[in-house]
Order: sequence, then C-alpha cells, then structure tokens
Amino acid sequence: MASAVAQDSPGAPPPRTPGKKPGRRTGATPRRLPYLLIAPAGLLMLGFIAYPMLSVFYYSLQNYNVTKPWRNGFAGFDNFRRIFTDDPLFWDSLVFSGKWVVTEVTLQLALGLVLALLVNQTFVGRAAARALVFSPWAVSGVLTTTIWLLLYNPSTGVGRYLADAGIGEYGSSVLSDTGTVFWAAVLAELWRGVPFFAILILADLQSIPGDLYEAASVDGANRFRQFFHITLPHLRDAIILSTLLRAVWEFNNVDLLLTLTEGGPAGVTTTLPLYVAVTGFEAHDFGYATALTTVAFAILLFCSILYLRLSKFGGDHK
Amino acid sequence: MTAVITEKGLPAAPADGGRKSPPPRRKRRGRRERAFDEVPRWQIYLPLGLYLLFTLVPFYWMLLFSLRPAGSTSLVPWPVTFDHFEKVWNERSFSVFFQNSALIGVFTLICTTGVALAGGYALARFDFRIKQGFMLALLCSQFIPGALMLVPLFQIFKNLSLINSPLSVVIAETVFQLPLSIILISGFIKNVPYSLEEAAWVDGCSRFQAFRIVVLPMLRPGLIAVGSFAFVHSWNHFLFALMFLMDQDKQTIPVGLSTLIGADSVDFGALAAGGVISAVPVVIVFAFIQKWLITGFSAGAVKG
Repeated sequence: MASAVAQDSPGAPPPRTPGKKPGRRTGATPRRLPYLLIAPAGLLMLGFIAYPMLSVFYYSLQNYNVTKPWRNGFAGFDNFRRIFTDDPLFWDSLVFSGKWVVTEVTLQLALGLVLALLVNQTFVGRAAARALVFSPWAVSGVLTTTIWLLLYNPSTGVGRYLADAGIGEYGSSVLSDTGTVFWAAVLAELWRGVPFFAILILADLQSIPGDLYEAASVDGANRFRQFFHITLPHLRDAIILSTLLRAVWEFNNVDLLLTLTEGGPAGVTTTLPLYVAVTGFEAHDFGYATALTTVAFAILLFCSILYLRLSKFGGDHK
Repeated sequence: MTAVITEKGLPAAPADGGRKSPPPRRKRRGRRERAFDEVPRWQIYLPLGLYLLFTLVPFYWMLLFSLRPAGSTSLVPWPVTFDHFEKVWNERSFSVFFQNSALIGVFTLICTTGVALAGGYALARFDFRIKQGFMLALLCSQFIPGALMLVPLFQIFKNLSLINSPLSVVIAETVFQLPLSIILISGFIKNVPYSLEEAAWVDGCSRFQAFRIVVLPMLRPGLIAVGSFAFVHSWNHFLFALMFLMDQDKQTIPVGLSTLIGADSVDFGALAAGGVISAVPVVIVFAFIQKWLITGFSAGAVKG
C-alpha cells in the first residue's frame, strides 16, 4: 500500500484508459481509482501471503519450539544443517514427494487428454457423459478418502465381492501393505484429479479452428497425423501450464494422504508438506518446520523454473 | 458487418423453420463425416464406458453403504434405511458442521467475489504503474503451496487472536482464492465492451452507477462461476479449519468426516452417510456451473 501511495504522487502521468477519454464526473479522481480498487486484494495478499513468506525465512533461522521455550533464540543455519546432514526423514519424504508428483501428473495428464478427446467428439449422450465424467473434480480430499476407504477395506470393499464371485482372493487391506499402498493412494487421487486436466484440455480443444482439421483431411492426413500435427501443438502451452500448476497442487496435497494413509504405513507415504505439518503441529518445532518449508520453497521454485526453461514455454513453435 | 449478421442468422433459420428439417440434416452430415475421418462409435463408447465405470462405482459404493442397513451385504440398497443419516446428523453433530461449513463458505464467497471484482475491474479498465507487478504477483502466488504456509499463518492468526474464530478460516480461504478469481473476473470484464460504459456516462451516470447498471448484469454468469469456485473450495478445504479451529463445535464438514475416519472402530454406514451429506451441496453447485467451467476457461481467461 505504501508503494501504491508513493506511485500516486502528483508527478505521475495520468493513467490512460484503453483508447478512450475517461469520464470526468466520477467522485474519486480516476488517477487514484485503480489503486483504491486493488488495495483490498493487495493488502490481503501482502498481509497473508507475502508477510508469512518473509516470516518463514525469519523463523527458519531460529530455534522456536513452544514446548521448549528455554532453547528459543537465534540458531543461524543449524536448522538447515540438520535437514541436510542429520534427517533421513527429510530425504525419504522428498523422494516420496517427487515420486508422487511425477506419477500423479503424468497419469492424470495422459488420462485427462484421452478423456477430453473422447468427450470432444459428437455422440449421443455427450452432455450427460461430460457431467458424470467431470463430477469427481468437485469432490474434496477427505471425501475421496471416505469413498476409497470403503472400496479398499477388506470387509466392505470391492475386493470382497469379487472374491465372493470367485475372482481373486480375500486379501488384507491394500492400505496397510507397504508394497501396495502407493498405488492405492495414486488410484484414489487419479479418480479425483483426471477431470481437472480433462476440463482444461477440453476448453482448449474447443478453441482449435475446425477448418484446420478440414484442410488436413482434404490433404489426406489421417486422425493420428491430425492429432500430432494440429491438436498437440495447439495444446502445448495449456499442457505445460496446467501440468506445472497441477504439480505444485499435488506437491501441496496434504488432505488426501493425511486422512487416507496418515503418511504410513511406516512413513512410506509421507510427503514433504505432510512432514512439515507434522513437525510444526504435532512436534511443535516451528523453527525446524519453517526451515523445512524454506527448503521446500527453494526446491519448488528451482523445479518450476527448470521445467519452464526445458519445455520452452510460450516459445515460437506453431 | 453484413457478413457477421448473415453468419449469425444462418443457424437460427433452420431451427425456426420447423421440426422436420433437423433430423435429416444430422443424418446426412454424420454419413459424410464418417466417410472422411469420423471416429467409429465403439471407439468412443467403449473407453468412455470403462472410464464412467471407474468414476461412478466409487460414488455408488458410498450411496450403497449410506442407504442399506448395517451388516447387510446386498449390492442394492434395499430395503432403504435413513438411520445412518439420522445418526450422523444428530449424534455426530453433522448438523453443526454443516452450518459452520455453509457459513464459512458463504462468507468466503462474498469476500472473494467482492474483492476480486474491484481488483479485476482495475486490471481490465485501467493502465496504472504497478499493474504489471500486480499481475506478476497474482501469477506467482499460484505457485505458493498453501500447505507450507500453515505454520506462519497460524502465528499471524494467533497474534491477531483469531485462532478458534471462523474469521481466520474465511480470511485464509479468501486470500488463496483471490489471485485466480481476480484473473478470471478481469477476463470477464474485458469481454464487456467499454463503449457501453461510456454511453452510460454520457447519459449522466457516475462511473460506479455505470458499472452497477451496465457491467454488473453482464458479468452475472462469470460471477456465478467465480463465486461457486470460491464456495466449493472453502467447502472442501480441510487444513485451514483443522489447524485454526480448536473447538469441536466450530469445526467444518471435512474435519467432521476425518474424525469419523479416525474413529477406533469405523462405522461404515455413518461414514458413508457423512460423505453423502458433504457431497450434496457441492454436487448441486457443480451441476449448476458445469457448463460454465468449460466456456469460462475457453474464454481465454486462464491464459491471461
């Protein structure tokens, strides 16, 4: 806000409204108006996004533990040293986070793309099919857990009915077996996550001019060539951006894993944010939790920039 | 200009021309396309059917458990019982959670759309010095994981003595909804011709009056979409309520559900009924905005 006021000094040139002359009968002077309009949003974001981010950096250099107040104080880089040299849980959770994000985003993108191409065709019952197929998009993480707990539970799940019918065998819970729990969680999250990609890709598919396909098919290109030479290049930027957003989102996804597996069994499904939350709120070790947060930020930022660079986002490719 | 009018007029003409004309047209078009590169029907229906199974069986499973008596192993919910719903609603205080969630959701909706409307209007209609920086901040904030902000946000709300107050959840939800909402709304406002507003000024309206009378009615579908987004997100969101609210009677539906999940011996009927209750408002909203999701995004709003 301070900067906004400073920007509004008398020396500033009057703002240009697009192409036309602004109305002069307004109460507030038009020059100040845009700043007044963005002030609420700006203040909220400064107070509850920018400030907490800065405080994360500050606390990460402190010993700050509510249960051990006598040890609180400046810690220098001790927290970071502990993360990198003396915390196997950090590395485990980081590796799992990476595995989780890559698996989820890849599978969600692939299935979402196929799904979007399918419901973009003309066929009887398309509107209903779209509504049904997209519906898990609106479901919460905890509700996803609820549903898939019922499906996975050995006494209430689908497996039992299949076994009753002679398909497969009566098993133990897939959620308590360290070998199957990863794919069980992946499947549940896929169920909820695929519609996101399908919706975004479908929106973008509809912006491809139809005559491109007509021209291509007149030139004798079959459907596969049309897909690789028209559809995919057109979707490129949307795919890059949505995969990146989704990767951050999946990295951030604590609801599902916290309730479905509680990070277990034996900690094999603990992601980094889950580890941060547990450190901060169960061990009350705020200083160490914020240091972990800082490291996670840095990793995310680095990966995002690397991804945008490597994928040449927004580059001239059409 | 004339070309545009005739192009717009064309599709309307056959539709008005009587009920006989559309079916033969569709048939002929279908045959012609199939000759070129129409996808065979089974290549659509088979994969779509399989995927629908994957989508719908989980929903059915939840409905099944919520409606059939405890101990039943029938695959159809018959005889239907509403005992589970009654139990969850009254004994497990889902009636209270429902009210809390609804209250937080509605306030988040109002705050988000109100603040985003102002910000979006500024971005759509003015050039100002920090505009580019503001846009960049909005985009960047999309990449900040909310889960990592829990610890510092908790500190802030503690200092403001807002811990255990629903206001803390409303603020946190609003803040993390704002960036996307502003970007979307400014896209919708850009689609309203500026000349309409100017015409209203000429007729003696103030800027605000012109906005209220001319722009706002045209924004209604966009505002419904953005508001629904905000409501659904806050209705579904689990962590902020879990972390910032202490008392049981202030909790929201997702936290209530998670306590059912975490119970020592899980009552599956009650759990499923709780799930259905938590899904109902969201399903209604979703059915309402489903069309808007796609058209809203394809308006290019997301791409900026």
